[in-house]
Formats: sequence, structure tokens, C-alpha cells
Amino acid sequence: MKKLNRRDFIKYGSGTVAAGAITLGAPNIALGSTKKVVVIGGGAGGAIAAKYIKKADSSIDVTLIETNKEYYTCFMSNEVLGGDRDISTIRHGYEGLKKHGIHVVHAKATGVDHDTKKVVTDAGDNFAYDRLVLSPGVSLKYGVIEGYDEAAAEIMPHAWKAGPQTSLLRKQLVEMKDGGTVIIAPPGNPFRCPPGPYERTCQIAHYLKHNKPKSKILVIDAKDKFSKQGLFTQGWKARYDGMIDWVPAADTGGGVTSVNAAEMTVSTDFDDIQGDVINIIPPQHAGHIAHVAGVTDDSGWCPVDLGTFESKIHAGVYVIGDACAAKGMPKSGYAANSQGKVCATAVIASLNDIEMTDPSYVNTCYSLIAPDYGISVAAVYRLAEDRSKIAKVAGGLTPSDASKEALQREVQYAYSWYDNIVADMFT
Amino acid sequence: MRIKATATALLCMASLMSTTATADQARQAMLVNTCVACHGENGNSVGPAIPTLAGLSPNYLMGAMLAYKYPDADKLEEVIDADIDFEDVEAFNRYGTIMNRLASGYTEEEIKMIAAYFSDQEMHRPDQVFDSAAAKKGKKLHTKHCEKCHEDEGRVADDDTGVLAGQWAPYFLYSMADFNNGDRDMPKKMKIKLKEIQDSVGHAGFEQLAHYYASITD
Repeated sequence: MKKLNRRDFIKYGSGTVAAGAITLGAPNIALGSTKKVVVIGGGAGGAIAAKYIKKADSSIDVTLIETNKEYYTCFMSNEVLGGDRDISTIRHGYEGLKKHGIHVVHAKATGVDHDTKKVVTDAGDNFAYDRLVLSPGVSLKYGVIEGYDEAAAEIMPHAWKAGPQTSLLRKQLVEMKDGGTVIIAPPGNPFRCPPGPYERTCQIAHYLKHNKPKSKILVIDAKDKFSKQGLFTQGWKARYDGMIDWVPAADTGGGVTSVNAAEMTVSTDFDDIQGDVINIIPPQHAGHIAHVAGVTDDSGWCPVDLGTFESKIHAGVYVIGDACAAKGMPKSGYAANSQGKVCATAVIASLNDIEMTDPSYVNTCYSLIAPDYGISVAAVYRLAEDRSKIAKVAGGLTPSDASKEALQREVQYAYSWYDNIVADMFT
Repeated sequence: MRIKATATALLCMASLMSTTATADQARQAMLVNTCVACHGENGNSVGPAIPTLAGLSPNYLMGAMLAYKYPDADKLEEVIDADIDFEDVEAFNRYGTIMNRLASGYTEEEIKMIAAYFSDQEMHRPDQVFDSAAAKKGKKLHTKHCEKCHEDEGRVADDDTGVLAGQWAPYFLYSMADFNNGDRDMPKKMKIKLKEIQDSVGHAGFEQLAHYYASITD
């Protein structure tokens, strides 16, 4: 069976009834009005919200506004940096969603008028809505690290939004000399994909170990601890011993405070450090349109009712995924998927004036330390009775004494997880 | 007119009666939504390491979830004995990586709803890569050692056995490894059968079975 190649398996498309299919369309037909939902952002949260609203109640007119015609998943993009995966395998289009009857508009949403309930795009078009769902992901906060702006990001890529930035960082790694230093600078909390910078460290180390073994990775963190830390540290020691130097915030007075892209240096309160390839992952806040729409608070994220994801600032507007403050859940792709489904159910309940069922949430997040070494965190959540948080009721990490076989399986589960979650989003 | 009025009255009655049913359905959909991002739409996985759940029997599915939820064998038995709905559930301790962490997040009532949903779905048997010669050998092994319980080439779910025909081969091999090294319990008869295979053809026999079940797409 070793010959079995995952990519050779033929996948079948949709055509069956949605998992969450419940028919609630009758009241709309009786009233003779078409209810309109606009979703902004076609990623892990938005694609799911649009699809699950449409599949559960086909009478609702659903429009998805997404800037890019092609979507690159952030999940698995670190494997592109490691060289085991081609970027084309994480690229997806919107044809599948169109087949569900969703209007997919490729434009940039530039404004939200709460009074007239309309979204404006950069193409000058208006889209009326009864309910608005925002799933804009994160915006990178340029300028917080002095000298790190959009121009600097072309020299020191963030690669924190998959696509051209991923390819750029990969190219730099390939062109780097053996014996070079790669600097990775992860941000403070909260940010998109908490284990991401450390999986990235593994994937880059995997590439260097096999291609440029004299090279080093210096991780200058803005934090003193991080997600899955014990498991990552164990993995670094087992597979990349001596190659990775992780420096906690305490040792630098808070991590990287400024960069000089021309000199290829990063500075902390104590030191200026030169790198051959530099990956700055800047601090983040809710995606731009959330700020324009006025649904963010002082934290830069969006306060929402945790049982419906309706904004606490503007009624009728929902925010899901990385942009919302989903107290208790991490900012992960699966969390966005789960929130998208809860939100879809809430939107339908609200439009049809029926009671919302109790929400249920889940997260599963794999990290690939090496091609035969995967780890994960998984959890099931419920809404706290006072709605103050999304409370974990079960879950946990890969055990630190997991067998070699179990770690190998987790890699295969990660790949199959990817196949299924991407099919959930785009077919 | 009279017929129409009666029909309307009936419709109203039906809609009143179905309020609870709809609420249950909404609850079930909410729960199932948490499963399908990994296990595929309707429980038909498109990722070969993650099993398809569609079309498995409710007792099989409940047994699996309860086994993940209660790793302690005595507790598992106690839970099954205490609930009439679990009367026909035969649960065997089961090794897990992810599901053993997640299953305790669901109540017994929720496990029943989830199992009911997936058992109602039609299983799609995907096109898998397989070796014809190995599949042929696997067929012989199946007929000799497995068919008695896993009837109709392993297609039947009604008898609460695992559906083998068209299940993903990598998942099947993980399961076999777990059975063979004692990480997953099984009925006594099955234990004897697995030993027969092991003794006659060795580990290759399980790979041949995997090729055979992968070859079944109808």
C-alpha cells in the first residue's frame, strides 16, 4: 500500500444534501420578499457561512464579496516553505460556491452603510443586505515595528497571508547560501494561527537540514511562551537539534522593535542582528473592512455575541473568524469554519424569526514538525451559560509520549483534514 | 374548496406537530456540522486517512463514540447497560489520536443524534488506487475469514459490523494495526480470524484485504 498517493485519489463533488440542511424557506415565499445576505471575505469563515446559509435556506439571496479570484489557504502554506508542497496545491477557486447559487463578486468592499444597509465596493457597486456577515481575517499592523511597512515586507516577507508572500519567502530560502541565518519574528498575542510561527520554524528547518545544513534559525519572539510549546520544543530537539535558537521576549526586552530592510537587520532593545532571510510576522488586528464598518473596539478586534457572532456594536452585522474576539477559541482555520456554521444557523434563525438552537463548536489544528512527525490540538466547546465565553468542554494536545506511529498518523490525518476542510469550503 | 380547506388544516396541524421535530433537526444539524469539516460532507470523507461515517449502523457509530469517550472498560460497560438506547451497542475499547480527545465533549443524547444522522446517509465508495493482483488475493482471504460476519463483501451495515467495502484503505490499515497490536479490542471470533490470517500469510494478508476493499466502488 505504500504506493498509494494521496493526490491520486479521485474526489467526488457535491450533489448530496448539506449536512445542516433544514428547510425553513416557506415564510419568505408567503411574504413574497427575498431576504438578502451579504458575506464579505471568502476564506475559512466566509466561504462556509455563505455556503451553509444558502444550502439550509435556498430562498435567501446570498452574495459573497471577495477581492481575490484565487484563494490560497494559510493552512499547509508552511509546507510550501519547507519545499514538500507546491503552492498550486493550496490554491482554490470559487466555482463550487457559484454552483450552489451564491453570487460571487470579486471586488474589494470599501464601505458599509448601516442606515441604508448597503455594502459599497471599489468597483462602485452597491449590495443591499438584510444581514451582513464579515469574515475579513486579519490586517497586518505596519509601522508598529519601526521600519516595517509594505515596502519592507517585499524584502522581509511576512508570509502571514498565503500567496505571493509565501512564494517570495520560499524563493529567498532557496537562494540563501548554506551557513546563512534565517530570522523569524513572531508577534505577541493575539494573532492569526498561534502555532503557525513554530510550525514554520520546523518546516524551514526541515528544508535547511536537507539542503543547507550549516544554516541556523533564530526565532526572536515577542512572547515568553507559545502554543504547543512543549511539543514543539521536543520536536526541535528530536529533529533539528542545534539548528534552532528560540529567544523569549524576556531576553530581548520584548522582541523585535525595529527593522532596517536595506541593511537586512532587526533590532531589539539590546541588539542589532543581521539575517540572510528575515521573516517578520507583524502584530495584527481585525481585517480592514471591520474597522471601516465600525464593528471593532479599542482592542482592534470585533466584540460579538458568542452564541450567534452578531456584532455587539451593530445589530444585523455578524463577524466570524480571526477578526472577531471569540473568547475561548483560537484564531484558527477550523475555528473560523466552526464559527461560520454557527453564524449561518443564527442568521437563518434571525431572518426566519425562529429560535436559535444551542451552538456547538470545535477546533482541530495540526502542525507538521517533519514529513513523518505531526502534532495537534483539538477541542469541543460550548457557550458558557452567561454567554461570556466559548468554553472548552473536551480536548487536548498530542501526548508528549506519543509513539512514532501515532506521530506519523497525525501527518496523514493533517493531509486528510486538509482535503475535507477545503472541500467543505469550496465544493 | 372543501378539499383545499382540509388540506390547509392538515398542513397547519403538521406544522404544529413538526415544531419539535424541526428543533431536534436543527440541533442535530448543529452537532453534525462540527464533524463534517474533518469527516466530509454527510460523513463521506474525501481524505483517505479519515474514515467515512456515512451509512455505518447507529449501534456501530454509538459504540465507537462511547468507546472514545469512556476509555475505562468498566465505565463503558456501565454506561451502555444504563441506557435502553444502547441495548444493542457492543463497544470495544478503541485507540485514538484525535477522537479520544473530542468524544467526551458530547453527551450521550448528542452521540445518539450524531449517530442517527450519519447512519442515514448514503456511503459513497471512492475510486481508490489498488493493485489488482493483491486485491484478488484479498478477496480470497475475505471469503475465507471475514465474509461470515462482514457479509456481501463487507457492504452490510445492518448487522452493526464495520463497513469494509469501499472504506478508505489507509484508515483500514490503521485499524488493522490497532487490532493486531492490541490497541483496539474486538470480538473473540474476530481475534481468531485475524490470527488465522497472520499465521497463514502474515502482515501481507492485511494489505491484500485493504487492496480488495479499496477495489469495491459499487
